Amino acid sequence: MAKTPVQFRLNGSDKAVFVDGGENLLNVLRRGVGDMSAKYGCGQGTCGVCTVLVDGEPQLACLTLAETCAGRSVDTALGLSDGPNLHPLQTAFMEHFAAQCGFCTSGMLMAAKALLDRNASPTREEVAEAISGNICRCTGYEPIINAIMDAAAKRGGGSNREQGHARV
Amino acid sequence: MARHRGRGMAAINYPIGMNLGGDPSQALVHSNPEGKFTVTLSAIDLGQGMKQVTRQIAAETLGVPIADVYVDTADSDTGPHDMGSFASRGTHRVGNAVAAAAKEARGVMMEAAAEELEVNAADLDTDGRGNIHVKGAPSRAISVKDVAVAAQFRQGKTIAGRGIFLIPLSEVNPETGEMSPVSCYAHACLVADLEVDDETGEVTVLKMTSAYELGRAINPKMVEQQLVGGAWMGMSHALFETPEPYYPDTAHGPRDFNEYVMPGPGDICPHDIAVLERPAPDGPFGGKGPGEMCANPVLPAVANAIFNAVGVRVDSLPITPEKVLRAIKAQGGARPQGAPGGRR
Repeated sequence: MAKTPVQFRLNGSDKAVFVDGGENLLNVLRRGVGDMSAKYGCGQGTCGVCTVLVDGEPQLACLTLAETCAGRSVDTALGLSDGPNLHPLQTAFMEHFAAQCGFCTSGMLMAAKALLDRNASPTREEVAEAISGNICRCTGYEPIINAIMDAAAKRGGGSNREQGHARV
Repeated sequence: MARHRGRGMAAINYPIGMNLGGDPSQALVHSNPEGKFTVTLSAIDLGQGMKQVTRQIAAETLGVPIADVYVDTADSDTGPHDMGSFASRGTHRVGNAVAAAAKEARGVMMEAAAEELEVNAADLDTDGRGNIHVKGAPSRAISVKDVAVAAQFRQGKTIAGRGIFLIPLSEVNPETGEMSPVSCYAHACLVADLEVDDETGEVTVLKMTSAYELGRAINPKMVEQQLVGGAWMGMSHALFETPEPYYPDTAHGPRDFNEYVMPGPGDICPHDIAVLERPAPDGPFGGKGPGEMCANPVLPAVANAIFNAVGVRVDSLPITPEKVLRAIKAQGGARPQGAPGGRR
């Protein structure tokens, strides 16, 4: 099959890869450049574990043609931390116990980052809406929503922050 | 046509682990020459926190900092045998095995320290910060690291321990059918408040309130995490999911997440949880473990609340809008059961 050269920026670094016609971005990330942070779940855009940002917009990498990413910026969960310093969302996910098996986590983080980048102080409903395309089997979503609300509050937004649901 | 509110409750008595063949777990603990410990298991952490809980149990038993303990669950070829991660058995069964292995390793460590300090091992204690000292004389001390070096390079001792937890197989009494399949029970009670739309059959869970008795909560935040997530799964099983093999024909089963319906982040409800700690006599540090019990009481509580709201008993899961509507139609309309004590 003919290969097409594609150049794009991944987490701020230039990448150049040869892709097959019709090859999806997820495959290029995982097999082409070795970024395993976006997960392969359903492969048809219904689970959200492959969520990455393309020019800042959340996209499902399994449904994104790699060729369409030429010249664009792709951000994955691998690029969230600044060296040893975690991104505020990653810290909040840890503090709120928002991961159990962890398979949905990188997709959740990217969906959350896309939200907070365009809305610094979302309501609880807006957070739920932003992650409604991401399936989590373990947490019941509540710790994830709490973590995103907390990350927003600590980044200076968060005027709409409400109490978490669970009380122990 | 109206939306009817209902309240239902369920209480459960939940067996930890199962005893079909004894349900054993094994653990191995050893120190490397710098005084760090590895716990080797074949038990698998699926995200429920087994690695963290066994790490705490090992560190507490050994008397060393938790940072100096690593739990390796990588490989059932090279690890000691374990029955697996099921039946809410991890904290209790694996935890007991780890405690036994760590206790044996601690014994060797204290003997090695005694030889270095030229005292009786029974007179020694750990400080939990990586040192071993003579009881009542903290200055007469040696670090765990120096003990490990001495054991490895001078004394020729292996600081290691083996642990297994096995409950003898319970035989069935042929006369009465009696047996004692488990030794340890956890308990829970959950109240579900919900609303049933008698026009669409749709059920909306408004609130859950629960109390769980699960022995000592060895890691309270992880217990909370399990209970919150598990209750969501219980609600999903009660109202949404049809798992295999309960279709009339597997060809009717869902093929993907478009067809396998689950509640999303917009469908969750407030959940007030009370955790009661009653340490189990045969649990590691009294722990039983939440496990599957997180989801179980939600299903009967939801079914009872639907009866309370509209007077119908749906006896198969999930309780879909179609089943609710058919049942309401069969009894000639919704029959709210009211609330004792004039609630609402």
